[in-house]
Amino acid sequence: MKPPPFRYVRPDSLEEALALLATHGDEAKVLAGGCSLVPMLNMRLARPEVLVDVNRVGGLAEVRADNGDVTTGAMLRQSAFERSPQLRGALPLTAACAPYIGHFVTRNRGTVGGSLAHADARGELPLVLLTLGGSVLAESRRGRRSIAAEDLFLYHFTSALEPDELLTDVRWPAAAPGWGYGFAEMAQRHGDYALAMAACALRRRDGVVAEVRLGLGAVADRPLLAGEAAGVLVGQSLDGAAGDEAVREAASLAAAAAQPFEDLHASVAYRRQLVSLLSEQVIRQGWLDADDRAGEGGP
Amino acid sequence: MSDHREIAVTVNGRRYREAASDRMLLSDFLRQRLGLTGTHVGCEHGVCGSCTVHLEGAAVRSCLLLAAQADGTELRTVEGLASGDRLHPLQEAFREHFALQCGFCTPGILMAALDFLAHNPTPTRREIAEMLSGHLCRCTGYAPIIDAIAAVAGTGTTPEVTS
Repeated sequence: MKPPPFRYVRPDSLEEALALLATHGDEAKVLAGGCSLVPMLNMRLARPEVLVDVNRVGGLAEVRADNGDVTTGAMLRQSAFERSPQLRGALPLTAACAPYIGHFVTRNRGTVGGSLAHADARGELPLVLLTLGGSVLAESRRGRRSIAAEDLFLYHFTSALEPDELLTDVRWPAAAPGWGYGFAEMAQRHGDYALAMAACALRRRDGVVAEVRLGLGAVADRPLLAGEAAGVLVGQSLDGAAGDEAVREAASLAAAAAQPFEDLHASVAYRRQLVSLLSEQVIRQGWLDADDRAGEGGP
Repeated sequence: MSDHREIAVTVNGRRYREAASDRMLLSDFLRQRLGLTGTHVGCEHGVCGSCTVHLEGAAVRSCLLLAAQADGTELRTVEGLASGDRLHPLQEAFREHFALQCGFCTPGILMAALDFLAHNPTPTRREIAEMLSGHLCRCTGYAPIIDAIAAVAGTGTTPEVTS
């Protein structure tokens, strides 16, 4: 349980980090919070030749708000989503998922960019970024590009980042009036990998659902948007018997959209049942939350 | 390929400078190079929590950090809690509430709980239990640990413990 040999480099600037990635390409691995990479090193599941530690690169953990978005630097620690009143207010869905990311101690170290670049299909932050329709900025010596969350997560542990690219910023659509949010997860123990999770962002106008995005996590090789399930909610009030019916139909479509796998912890059927249950929960949370926020003035 | 380098750290207020290979974990550096064996090594992949120490005031898993990453930083380990023969109030509470038996997990839980209380001085029992989800204890059944942390919470002893 000790890391294999590698060369450790610790750039102080972004230019230096990008130069190292350009030189070493896929023989290099970026070390951010280390909460996933270091276990993989210790278990010899990863054997990079060069470890590029970006923890001392300046300017990678800043938070900016502009045009209805919040941009967080990739090296922002996950604990910031729980502790910063500004982030909790602007990004309620991200804040809601934060307590489920690993444990209190790992969130002190784990980073938002590291979690997204790691692209674990069971990751909370990938699911939330996808549900909100956010994006990331990737930088290399070749230039800078924006990658939408929908294009970022290719499959389990594989993102669309090129080996010479560094994820530098994460763009989150901020909470807006009329919108409500919900997050729910089932794991065997708090902080364990989820068996299933769901997230919802829902806009309520004139007493009905005007717009809704439903995301599913840990039930496919990447986080999924359940578009068909979300579709049946649009134009509906989710109160009363008709609302219950719509929510149940959406939940059952979400369960059908999931592509869960079976392992010793849970069967496919059980995971689908969880997707249905969690989807119902987050849709209702989103609906009620949107009502609570309505006082802030609708569009 | 694995070069050795000098690592300078301040641990519990004392300065150290020792050599470590690039691939040496901080947990091993503390134990093997500095002789600070109060920090325990259990799973070495961030699950059991027994290696938890404070890095620049924040509780972290020392098995998920390289010694090289800690170069130039300030650390606090369980050895830094007591003042002479006087136990830290949280250690005292652990003793009073029978919150340890074999003691393997205890240093990590103490270090995590102190950082936790610094951010949440009056936690509910449920919040304490959630925090403890990051720590494996096979002796106590956790309830006495929750008792000990709850006993210290909100008594005014926590601000003093942040490093």
